Amino acid sequence: MASVTGGPLVGHARSRPLSQRFRALLLRSEALRGYILLTPTLLVMFLLLVVPLCGMIAFSFFTQVYFDIDFTLTLKNYWSIIKPGAGNTYLGIPFPFETPVYTILLVKSLLMSLVATSVIVLMAYPMAYFIAFRATNHKFLWLVLITVPLWTSYLLRVFAWKVILGHNGVLNSGLISIGVIEEPLGFLLYNPAAVIITLTHAWLAFAILPIYVSLEKIDRSLLEAATDLGDSKLIRFLRVTLPLSLPGVISSALMVFIPTVGDYVTPAQVGGTSGIMIGTIIQRQFGAANNWPLGSALSIFMMLAVTAIVCLFLWGVGNDRIKARGA
Amino acid sequence: MVNNEDSVISLRGVAKHFGAVRAVDDVSFEIRRGEFFSLLGPSGCGKTTLLRLLAGFDFPTQGEILIDGQPMSSVPPYKRPTNTVFQSYAIFPHLSVAENIGYGLRKKGLSKRELAESVHQALEQMKLAGYGSRAAHQLSGGHRQRVALARALVCRPKVLLLDEPLGALDRKLREAMQIELRQLQRSVGITFVFVTHDQEEALSLSDRIAVMSKGRVLQIDSAARLYEVPNCRLVADFIGSMNFFDGSIKCVDNGHVIVDVGPAGSLCVPKIQKNVELGAEVTVAVRPEKVHIEWRAPKPKGNAIVGRIADESYLGDRSHYYVEVPGMIRRVCVAHQNAERFRRSIESHGRQVWLTWSTESAVLLPRE
Repeated sequence: MASVTGGPLVGHARSRPLSQRFRALLLRSEALRGYILLTPTLLVMFLLLVVPLCGMIAFSFFTQVYFDIDFTLTLKNYWSIIKPGAGNTYLGIPFPFETPVYTILLVKSLLMSLVATSVIVLMAYPMAYFIAFRATNHKFLWLVLITVPLWTSYLLRVFAWKVILGHNGVLNSGLISIGVIEEPLGFLLYNPAAVIITLTHAWLAFAILPIYVSLEKIDRSLLEAATDLGDSKLIRFLRVTLPLSLPGVISSALMVFIPTVGDYVTPAQVGGTSGIMIGTIIQRQFGAANNWPLGSALSIFMMLAVTAIVCLFLWGVGNDRIKARGA
Repeated sequence: MVNNEDSVISLRGVAKHFGAVRAVDDVSFEIRRGEFFSLLGPSGCGKTTLLRLLAGFDFPTQGEILIDGQPMSSVPPYKRPTNTVFQSYAIFPHLSVAENIGYGLRKKGLSKRELAESVHQALEQMKLAGYGSRAAHQLSGGHRQRVALARALVCRPKVLLLDEPLGALDRKLREAMQIELRQLQRSVGITFVFVTHDQEEALSLSDRIAVMSKGRVLQIDSAARLYEVPNCRLVADFIGSMNFFDGSIKCVDNGHVIVDVGPAGSLCVPKIQKNVELGAEVTVAVRPEKVHIEWRAPKPKGNAIVGRIADESYLGDRSHYYVEVPGMIRRVCVAHQNAERFRRSIESHGRQVWLTWSTESAVLLPRE
């Protein structure tokens, strides 16, 4: 059948002008239309993501010799990160490496990001819930209000926290003026907590939207059905609302966790020496230390760690869901 | 107020206002234990609101609802002895079919085995055996409907509330489900309160039907009585089709009323109302299938009016003739059974015909 109907059609198509043939092809092939739609994005992604990434991977196998780059391929940079040695301990965990600072900073960055992500998701969820279920008339207004912090630059927001938490900052002078304390509190700024607070504030708005969308998508009759079948509000939340909004929670968590691990602006501004993160060290390699190959190796090291954690997280969540389905 | 033993739900002056809109307006009636009760009316008549009041998703502005003798004004939906089958079915998408069905059993403190057993029985009963481990999105509309039913019934409610559950199914499936639903209701013996805008569905399923319009209940009766003895023009018009002849009462004897309907003549109607006044404005109503079409002048006995056939529509099992009668704005509709094949070969358009019906077929309604 195919050859009978296909033969003359093809012949006919050849006799038409090129523009018509292209249009016919376009209309017939959904894949082609999809690729055309994707082209600008793909171009940008290729030029600004794939090319630099490949460059960085290449660089990570080179070596820095004073002011010159030695282009012989070597694993020396990676070896310097994980070369066994006397080591050090961090949070009671031994890091038996010759230069333990890299691995320690990586673990510390991951932990700080994890804490920030958890705080952000826990704060974003109630807000998203409120907008999705309680704000009946002014949803749009609420959504706009949530984006208000994003109207100022990221750097300014970080500085704002410096102003709030600093030695002569808003918090200290406020507390002194109402007589709660006599001397400014020194522990507010330049520590991991300050970094986490700043990261939370900076990324909260991004976390609310995915959760809001997933909550908004929940069919309200499902909630009524759960109530009808005997669930009180809390139980219903745990059995229906939360599982159905989980995709939003996951995407929020990833959207916050991944970029915050490598952040170096916030730790550099409010972290001090104790709040330093892996991003700071990497940035230093490309700047003051002028060791691009090591910086590249550290970046890739960090990316691999983040990828591993994200995969582990997704696998865990997916596994949980499969288990729930099977029960 | 009478609260007879066999009523499972009683509504006492129940009203629900949304702002200025009276979705349900002063409704009082009883639903008997074990009956298939339908709320029938056009969309926006308040039937779904009334069902939501019974389920507890909304609470009445005025009045009291009693379920099984207990006032429900302070009882949340999750503590009511009712379960609901939703119009959208509301199947939980993150749970399997078996988990959906067992959803309401969790708090009943059953052991894992008892729960699995109940779910299994429900699956068997609803002809869903083997579907237990499927995900909700793998089900067809008919199967979703069964899951929704099973999920509600497995909780053994005192009253099952159904909100247009067959609305989303195609015609064949709907008819099959109607029969099944009726059999299911008889076998489980649970009171069903069924909301529908489909009059045929209500007529074929229900023991009793409440016809609603604009938040009020117009008539509560069995299907046959609603159809044959409607108590007002709205009910008569909503259920089936009806011919109306407006006129005034000319004469009353024992058992019959003669109504003058202007140029068309006088019609004789059985007297069922107690107080009938001479000269009162009334409407005589006759169903199209009760009217006979005569091609020649009949013997002068009983009701007969003369008219001309203005239109005809062939519907397969029957034909509808639309007859123009002098003095009437609306054409009179006559349903004629096509008992024999190709019998309607006579050229009918514009022909003069005589319409007759037996006195007992007509109903006397108050004029609105």
